Amino acid sequence: MIFDIEYETMPREALESIQLRRLQTTLSRVYATVPFYRKKFDEAGVLPGDVKSLDDLRRLPFTMKQDLRDNYPFGMFAVPMENVVRIHASSGTTGKPTVVGYTARDINTWAELMARSLASGGASRGDIIHNAYGYGLFTGGLGAHYGAEKLGASVIPVSGGNTKRQVIIMRDFGPTILTCTPSYALHLAEAAEEEGVSFRDLKFKSGIFGAEPWTEDMRHEIENKLGLTAIDVYGLSEIIGPGVAIECHEAQNGLHIFEDHFIPEIIDPETGEVLPYGETGELVITSLTKEAFPVIRYRTRDVTSLNVEPCICGRTHYRMSKISGRTDDMLIIRGVNVFPSQIESVLMQIEGVEPHYQLIVDREENLDTLTVFVEVSKEAFSDEVKGLQQFAQTIEKEIREYLGISAKVKLAEPKSIERSQGKAARVIDNRSF
Amino acid sequence: MKAEQISIFLENKAGRISEVTGILAEAGVNIRALSLADTTDFGVLRLIVDDNAKAEEAMKAAGFTVRITHVIAVEVDDRPGGLHYILDTLTQANINVEYMYAFVQQSGDKAIMIFRFDQLEQAISVLEKHNITVISGSKLYTM
Ligand SMILES: [Zn+2]
Repeated sequence: MIFDIEYETMPREALESIQLRRLQTTLSRVYATVPFYRKKFDEAGVLPGDVKSLDDLRRLPFTMKQDLRDNYPFGMFAVPMENVVRIHASSGTTGKPTVVGYTARDINTWAELMARSLASGGASRGDIIHNAYGYGLFTGGLGAHYGAEKLGASVIPVSGGNTKRQVIIMRDFGPTILTCTPSYALHLAEAAEEEGVSFRDLKFKSGIFGAEPWTEDMRHEIENKLGLTAIDVYGLSEIIGPGVAIECHEAQNGLHIFEDHFIPEIIDPETGEVLPYGETGELVITSLTKEAFPVIRYRTRDVTSLNVEPCICGRTHYRMSKISGRTDDMLIIRGVNVFPSQIESVLMQIEGVEPHYQLIVDREENLDTLTVFVEVSKEAFSDEVKGLQQFAQTIEKEIREYLGISAKVKLAEPKSIERSQGKAARVIDNRSF
Repeated sequence: MKAEQISIFLENKAGRISEVTGILAEAGVNIRALSLADTTDFGVLRLIVDDNAKAEEAMKAAGFTVRITHVIAVEVDDRPGGLHYILDTLTQANINVEYMYAFVQQSGDKAIMIFRFDQLEQAISVLEKHNITVISGSKLYTM
């Protein structure tokens, strides 16, 4: 179901003219009210009035996470505190948290966006939503909660934790939509099994999962174990919280970014240059309607690409691919930006390759070298050396074709590569800069 | 007439082969023939054993990538030109030998070679037509 037919299916031309108008308003407001932006714009020599087209956006400077920390706690707010009705904060793993504020209208906007998101994931009035996102300073719980109420669904504000009680509620209340992080969904499935409750016998139709990166493999695992359609929702507290972009359950192929409220750009994280549609890089977002905490060209450090093809669901908003990594993971090899996730997706497309790999970057005679260790599966294994060498060459060829870099592929025994989600184990950079 | 061979993928690391032989010894599997094909990065260890099922299970349990392939064991006259006659016969028939290696035991006064072909069935019929003895798997494992 499409919650807001008018805006979500608006023809591109009309959408872009709304974007420009809203962008110009936002720029004038932040220039007038936030000293940080005034200073940055002045330094860049671009005034709000100079932005005459959407393309002019790229003349403006970026906003970094560090800028938000430097203005801790309320320095980036664009309205007086008496107009701020809510404050959220993200836990900073290092240093100060990032603090964000909302006006009453912002809360309403956010609720609308989450209502759109839930509807896109298959929810409607009459559904019972088991909301196991954490309630509190974290935006997940309250974001999904307000969205569910705006949609007219019944929401169970169960929050995170106390998994046993959650299983009883799921069994007895018969919720039809699950909202939580993907890893918590799998945890719930295990807990249910321990309690003798089969998830497949529950009434769930869809799950709307986000707040952490997850892979297609994880989606299949969740869909199999929980017997529901798993939908990816994207958002971050600096932008508004969950509800920046959502997959549609019709396509489950890319997340529609709510472009009447946000302008997405994909940039080369090294040069800051805006990349053409379809290319992979860092997602940069500008908010168009936020009052308390507008952001201009905010660098999310999330790696994705934009798909401008029309979608079968009818929405006209562009789709971003599932987040495939963080820019912090980026490697520069012989001048080419390489994300480990890009190599992973090449590997996943080759039959017989296990989803475990290790990248070793070295420098030999001033030239960067990339070695990819790949585990040999039973399917790929041949008793002939020739066959194995061909297998390694196929992978090398694919990497060269898709990423434009040459890599040496080395075959490894099964389970010899360390199982880890982290960057540390998967990438070993032996170069010293 | 086919015999089964168990192949194991190995990284070129010191002590890997003795690990394999250790696992098989523990499982009570007797190795009848062995050949290692290796490159600078990896190797493929090929074995003829007395109990393929037991060997495969033990190697899989230890986390190795294994594969059972069909090979044939051929009697070779123990005289100059004995092997050449067989290879020549196969070449004449346009049959390509992927690889071959020697079996430990003799069959009477004859040597035994293990052959791997792509066209296994054709190879068997060509060899038999030329009165070259192909030894059955069951006989091979217990020789
Ligand atoms: Zn769609």
